[in-house]
Amino acid sequence: MGLILSILTGVLYAAAIYLLLRRSIVKMILGIIFLGNATNVLVFVSGGLTKASPAFIAEGQQVAAEHIADPLPQALILTAIVISFGIIAFSLALMYRFYKITGTDDLDDVTEEDEV
Amino acid sequence: MSNLLLLPVIVPLATVLILLLAHGRKWLQQIIGIGGIALQFTVAVWIFVVVNSQGIQVIQLGSWPAPFGITFVADLFSSIMLMVAALIGLMTAIYAMPTISDNRQRFSYYPLVNAMLMGVNGAFLTGDVFNLYVWFEVMIMASFVLLTLGGSRQQMNGAIKYVAMNLVASMLFLAGIGLLYGQAGTLNMADLALKIRASDDAFLLNSSAMLFFVAFSLKAALFPFFFWLPASYPTAPMAITAFFSGLLTKVGVYALIRFFTLFFVQNQSFWHPLLLWAGGITMLVGVLTAASQYDMRRILSFHIISQIGYIIMGLGLFTVAGIAGAIYYMVHNIVAKANTFLVAGMVYKLRGTYDLKAISGLYKNYPLVALLFVIPAMGLAGVPPFSGFVGKLMLVVAGFEAEKWVITGVALLVGLFTLFSMVKIWNEGFWKKHTGNDASDNKKLPVAMLVPVAILALITILLGVAAEPVVELCMRAAHQLIDPSSYIEAVLGKQY
Amino acid sequence: MTTQILRISSKYLKPAFVVLSLVILYRGHNEPGGGFISGLLAASGYVFYMLAWNVETALKKMWIQPVPLMAIGLLLALASGIIGVAAGEPFMSGQWITVLNITLGTPLLFDVGVYFTVIGVMLTIMSVILEKVDQWD
Repeated sequence: MGLILSILTGVLYAAAIYLLLRRSIVKMILGIIFLGNATNVLVFVSGGLTKASPAFIAEGQQVAAEHIADPLPQALILTAIVISFGIIAFSLALMYRFYKITGTDDLDDVTEEDEV
Repeated sequence: MSNLLLLPVIVPLATVLILLLAHGRKWLQQIIGIGGIALQFTVAVWIFVVVNSQGIQVIQLGSWPAPFGITFVADLFSSIMLMVAALIGLMTAIYAMPTISDNRQRFSYYPLVNAMLMGVNGAFLTGDVFNLYVWFEVMIMASFVLLTLGGSRQQMNGAIKYVAMNLVASMLFLAGIGLLYGQAGTLNMADLALKIRASDDAFLLNSSAMLFFVAFSLKAALFPFFFWLPASYPTAPMAITAFFSGLLTKVGVYALIRFFTLFFVQNQSFWHPLLLWAGGITMLVGVLTAASQYDMRRILSFHIISQIGYIIMGLGLFTVAGIAGAIYYMVHNIVAKANTFLVAGMVYKLRGTYDLKAISGLYKNYPLVALLFVIPAMGLAGVPPFSGFVGKLMLVVAGFEAEKWVITGVALLVGLFTLFSMVKIWNEGFWKKHTGNDASDNKKLPVAMLVPVAILALITILLGVAAEPVVELCMRAAHQLIDPSSYIEAVLGKQY
Repeated sequence: MTTQILRISSKYLKPAFVVLSLVILYRGHNEPGGGFISGLLAASGYVFYMLAWNVETALKKMWIQPVPLMAIGLLLALASGIIGVAAGEPFMSGQWITVLNITLGTPLLFDVGVYFTVIGVMLTIMSVILEKVDQWD
């Protein structure tokens, strides 16, 4: 399982970098989404994969059952997902605005000459 | 345990909430927004006084003990940064009153500035690596919206670069956190310091350290990663650019200093030369590119980059004197740099352009503006008696003491180039004979623009003239950073 | 996306989403569930309605507009932290009371705060993306 997820991480990163290098903003945003997911899987894998029950203490017990999964990487990923959700929503709105203002989604159409 | 440490986060949060409820009324937004930042400044001074007299302050959120819960820590370094951040926030918010468009002030400007300050304050205070990530995100989300509001064609272009680079940096940061947690099993900074100092498993620690280095360098605009900054910063209104130039990159630098003094201290023969090289090239590239520009905002933006190099040089020297110099330089640079941007905003208000070739003749008609420009500009260039002189002196002396000749030489050379750029602005914009109509050249600047600039200029002078106590303070802050045992003891308790 | 079937079904699905979200919010007290996921559920009920009708109509159906809702949610979350301070402990320390055999505590209050905040944020973002991007400032 660890091996599969590691390979998946690599594939996701590769796809993300490829997309980020494209000129189109839509693809760039897709790249950012991929990058976020790749990072989440990476955190998940490096936090250690265990075949265990969730980190809950059963009713009436004082301590948890023997093997519980480490809840911290899951909490980190959940937080990261929430944050990237906000970021994606923002960048979609930004993309729309970029299109409205410049009339293109190609980054190279808006050149340095436009500045200043 | 002291709940005081949470106020720098709670006060802006409460301010944002009240501002959201008082949507749409400009004067109400101004009063609450600026009042909230003023309150933050008071709180920051209070924290500084407490930390200065009683040592490092710690609070464990929700009473969860240190390695498990989230810890907020204030040492001298972070409390100094808190004060400066609130000061810049306050000054730029006052400056914004006559300069930012009405519509923006009614709805978005003040909540966003307060939200960004919340993120910055949280980043300065937190003692937990993942929590630092969360505060970074709070900060950059607010900065994204601040930067993209309005939205002309060029602003969109800069904004996309800024957003993309910052998001990539965040993801690298998060990947570093994942690897670090996988290896060390903890994310509490003090606990990490203990565990990493005790271990010699260099491989994973180095790879995560490199991820952090790249992520923070992107945010701090260090040498290979600086190109987004001059593309995006100059496009926003001046009050916002000054606010960003003072704070955003400096939070990245703060994180670098914190990480590379507290726990990534193994393998020094690799990291310190790397930091010195990055710092040196950053200085040179920034200042040389600035010298070729003729737009005031772009010159100043490139100078942000070269100034970051000085601070990183102080970190790379890794002596008490070097880090004290870095802290002093950071404080000086935040104040002076923000101030030059604010003066550039005044120039724009008077002449309607940032192009140096078209400005000219300000000295004759507006001597006060000329004076207000000279103080921070000469401060940046390192001319005595202003603050930059003391900062550069500290760094150069530290460089000679550490026998790092090349970087020290570069630092001196870059100081000269900085002076060249500032003199260029002065010659072209202020001294050269005005080509336009002189008779119409008697505009009045609003008091709300003059006051913050004058206050910041006064601080630049004071930091230079009365440097003794400040330098001594920076020395003590640097001692705390170089020898983190008091930090670790404050967070984890005596028994570690 | 304005077919009659979608319009009618969104009318009935909206309250169903909200009720379901409240169930999950309460379940989150002791079991998996909680403020964030239930907030998303409730918000998606309204987003569905926005898609079927339009943003204006959906917002008119709400008692409290998204931005104030967000502020109220954050205030509740902040209050849950300050209760700990009032009890003389660090910020966010849990405080508990038992009412009729149900133990209520500040984490629940925090969760409710998250619930409202998520609804507010979601609907603000969605209404901006769906309609008001042009009025960004």
